[in-house]
Amino acid sequence: MNTEHIVGKSVPRKEGRDKVTGASKYVDDLVLPNMLFGATVRSQIPRGRIRKITFGPGIAWDEFVVVSAKDIPGKNCIALIGDDQPCLASESVNHSEEPILLLAHPHRHLLPQAVAAISIDYEPLPAIFTIEESELRSEIIWGEDNIFKTYKIDKGDGDGVFDGIWEKADYIVEGEYSTGAQEQLYIENNGMIAAFDAAEGITVWGSLQCPYYIHKALMALCNLPAEKVRVVQMETGGAFGGKEEYPSMIAAHAALLAIKAGRPVKIVYDRMEDMAATTKRHPSRTRHRTAVSHEGKILGGEIDFTIDGGAYATLSSVVLSRGVIHAGGPYYWPSVRIRAKAVATNAPPHGAFRGFGAPQSLFAMERHMDRIAQTVGLSPAEIRRRNFLQPGQATTTEQVVREPIDLRGLLDRALEVSDYHAKKRNFAKQNQLGASKKGMGLAAFLHGAGFTGSGERYLSSVVGVEGCADGSVRVLVSSTEFGQGTKTVLSQIAAEALRLPYENVSMAQPDTLEVPNSGPTVASRTVMVVGKLVQSAALGIAQTLISSGLLREGYSADEFRAACRQHVATHGPFRSWSRYEAPSGIFWDDQAYRGEAYAAFAWAVYIAEVTVDLTTYGVSVNDFVALQEVGKVLHPLLARGQIIGGVAQGIGFSLYEKVVWQNGRMQNGQMTNYIMPTSSDLPPIRVFFEELGNIHGAYGAKGIGELPMDGPAPAILNAVEDALGVGFDSVPLLPEDIMDGLAAASPVGSTGGGGGR
Amino acid sequence: MGSPQRRRLGRQAEAEVGDRTMTDFSASHGKAEILLTVNGEPKQIRAYPMERLLDVLRLECGLTGAKEGCGEGECGSCSVLMDGVLVNSCLVPVLQAVGASIVTVEGLAVGDALHVMQEAFLECGGAQCGICTPGMILAAVHLLNGKPEPSMDEIREGLSGNLCRCTGYSQILEAVAEAARRGSSLSRSSIQRTGSMRTTV
Repeated sequence: MNTEHIVGKSVPRKEGRDKVTGASKYVDDLVLPNMLFGATVRSQIPRGRIRKITFGPGIAWDEFVVVSAKDIPGKNCIALIGDDQPCLASESVNHSEEPILLLAHPHRHLLPQAVAAISIDYEPLPAIFTIEESELRSEIIWGEDNIFKTYKIDKGDGDGVFDGIWEKADYIVEGEYSTGAQEQLYIENNGMIAAFDAAEGITVWGSLQCPYYIHKALMALCNLPAEKVRVVQMETGGAFGGKEEYPSMIAAHAALLAIKAGRPVKIVYDRMEDMAATTKRHPSRTRHRTAVSHEGKILGGEIDFTIDGGAYATLSSVVLSRGVIHAGGPYYWPSVRIRAKAVATNAPPHGAFRGFGAPQSLFAMERHMDRIAQTVGLSPAEIRRRNFLQPGQATTTEQVVREPIDLRGLLDRALEVSDYHAKKRNFAKQNQLGASKKGMGLAAFLHGAGFTGSGERYLSSVVGVEGCADGSVRVLVSSTEFGQGTKTVLSQIAAEALRLPYENVSMAQPDTLEVPNSGPTVASRTVMVVGKLVQSAALGIAQTLISSGLLREGYSADEFRAACRQHVATHGPFRSWSRYEAPSGIFWDDQAYRGEAYAAFAWAVYIAEVTVDLTTYGVSVNDFVALQEVGKVLHPLLARGQIIGGVAQGIGFSLYEKVVWQNGRMQNGQMTNYIMPTSSDLPPIRVFFEELGNIHGAYGAKGIGELPMDGPAPAILNAVEDALGVGFDSVPLLPEDIMDGLAAASPVGSTGGGGGR
Repeated sequence: MGSPQRRRLGRQAEAEVGDRTMTDFSASHGKAEILLTVNGEPKQIRAYPMERLLDVLRLECGLTGAKEGCGEGECGSCSVLMDGVLVNSCLVPVLQAVGASIVTVEGLAVGDALHVMQEAFLECGGAQCGICTPGMILAAVHLLNGKPEPSMDEIREGLSGNLCRCTGYSQILEAVAEAARRGSSLSRSSIQRTGSMRTTV
């Protein structure tokens, strides 16, 4: 019997060899016989009515396949949560880059000219571009009030406790914080190929995260039954949330062209189209008003969290939900009143991006903690230490912390490994001279794993494991690999469960014809939630073999393979299924927004060391410590890679990545002017794990993917304030912002937000 | 920001191939016969002179390892070696590659035996989604060809023309350092597999 553990070991990435040899096939690497290329004609204005479409001269239009909204067999929408987003605009447009027409032609290089030759005459309507304009409601662009969704959380409100806090407070600290849009900037642009056959239905192959989202969208759009829609994931070159919902749109477009053309159609965006038209991180504004005691304890407060959802609802309600639940950070709030809303603007819809609302609200919380510390006169570390959630206490949604988490211990360790105190003292001295200033900043935070509240129950994910003819097993999930290591870690889990060598487990290609719906690959849920199901489905395979008498308990790997081969030889391939069941004791009230928001949280303390150059006002991060408790680490190499990659995106979010908008259109949609970090821009990112385990996850794992996005922005901006003595409350923070901020700062007391009393 | 080194290399490549005798492209509207060597194999291709080397490699040669990430020489995912020099193949008209020896990621492994850089990427976690990996590996091979024992800072600088959104680069840098360690103890012949014999002393 194999006693060596496979989980916890850094086994080779399943698809690694194909990736390093260039053998992996991404959607643009796939060429189907007789295939056409598709392109999208998009709105040039943010809002208006379409009066007339003219096909200009000089183009052999009879060679082109042209699709408009009239060609849609089913419902003209991208079915997701609501059905408000059209697949193709027909009468009016609500944002720049909104798709209006589709073209296809055998020659890819002829498409840009054809797109440019189509002119659309609009009756323009007034458009709105900011949260504040949307709130004014001078123009109603969505529903009755421009509001996609609101949430409210009230804790300690029922007995009048809340009303008393302002009187009891020694300090009332206020602040307003904002975050900008951020492009996911996967290096592989979005792309899809569709083929249609009257008997088989529609098949799409593409770069995507969620096969069954697309499956659902195509059924509604094409008016086809489930069995006539097939979605296949190709190797996917990065996603980060950016390929969660928008691929449904591209699949829909490719499908419409393929149906009309009777030939396969490939649509692959170029970088500019991808940047301009697809989703980005929701811009946000958070206002805090906090009652604090003289010893620095939070007594209660109000948090107002607002995100800009763009022109259609898409996923904004869910992003808002995660942002709201994380808005109070890893702190104990005796009472709190949180109000949140997602509003409409005439920008392309904002969407999923790693962290999903939490980086926005946690940025505010962690900047605000530093503001509270200053007001009270405590250090940033001490103010957090005094307010950390303790086991047995309840979060803002009244979820009692049952894990034996020790946040003070995490903080102490992070301070130690970053050499925080000694550096801070040295910098305070060094900063008095010289043309640069250094600072240290920290952020403490949490990130819930899996879908929020009743989400996992609603998803009801299914996972399969198959016994194969050669004695190996194959995992059947719709969970997709896009760099994070899905294939590797789920294989480890199955191998561990069956005590088989890792090499004896393979992963089916995500193809809706073959794999069950194990839910979307989002929300840091794959390892924890889907992994647990893989574990139990794998055990079902062993049970089948044992109960059929082919295998004994305590089998060896050789015996398993022999039994599996024999079972398949006699009965054919066999499968074991496992469906999600909510753990007992998980209660969630969607109306009151109260209860167990997540089955588990990951916890972290991040510390940034920065230098601000007073000549260029450039900020460089010199050292970064990322310490987290993520349950059991199943694959140390991949886990560390996830954290470093997330921190790098967080550094980009903090200091480099600014979407420049004009009339709701991105002006800097190129890699030359939308700046993400290169290898030269990043510090050593030092990763530390604490492992407490987690009863809800496979072998004690929690979610890990999104967590590292939450901490860098507040840690870095707190460090900038430590360096300069002047604080900034918006990201991205660019050199020009620092120049302006320093110029505007009065010598004393300009950084404190709220008045003490 | 950006890729200063890459731009420098681009110019260098241009200078190196600039004097080579070209096929007659007087009939510039049509396709021309283009001769070049790809991964050691001579290729005769019919292509428009201004077609991008990237498209010729992907569509005519069936070598899809080089990827298009930005189409403007910023991301480096289309990197290939042209006569031992690292170029963004999205910026090279195939005309410029006439007579040149091109190495793509497909040309690194010999049979089942991975190149030392590919092995190091696998072992150190240098590949996540994989889309930047072919270009990143070629940039790393090019770096070590010129500088077999680079410092960490030199690796950071040397790869700064290739963007990766997944890894935050650390594990890529570690892979390159690991390959350098192993490469220094390897026989010359295995290093020459990179097709960059000119720069290998």
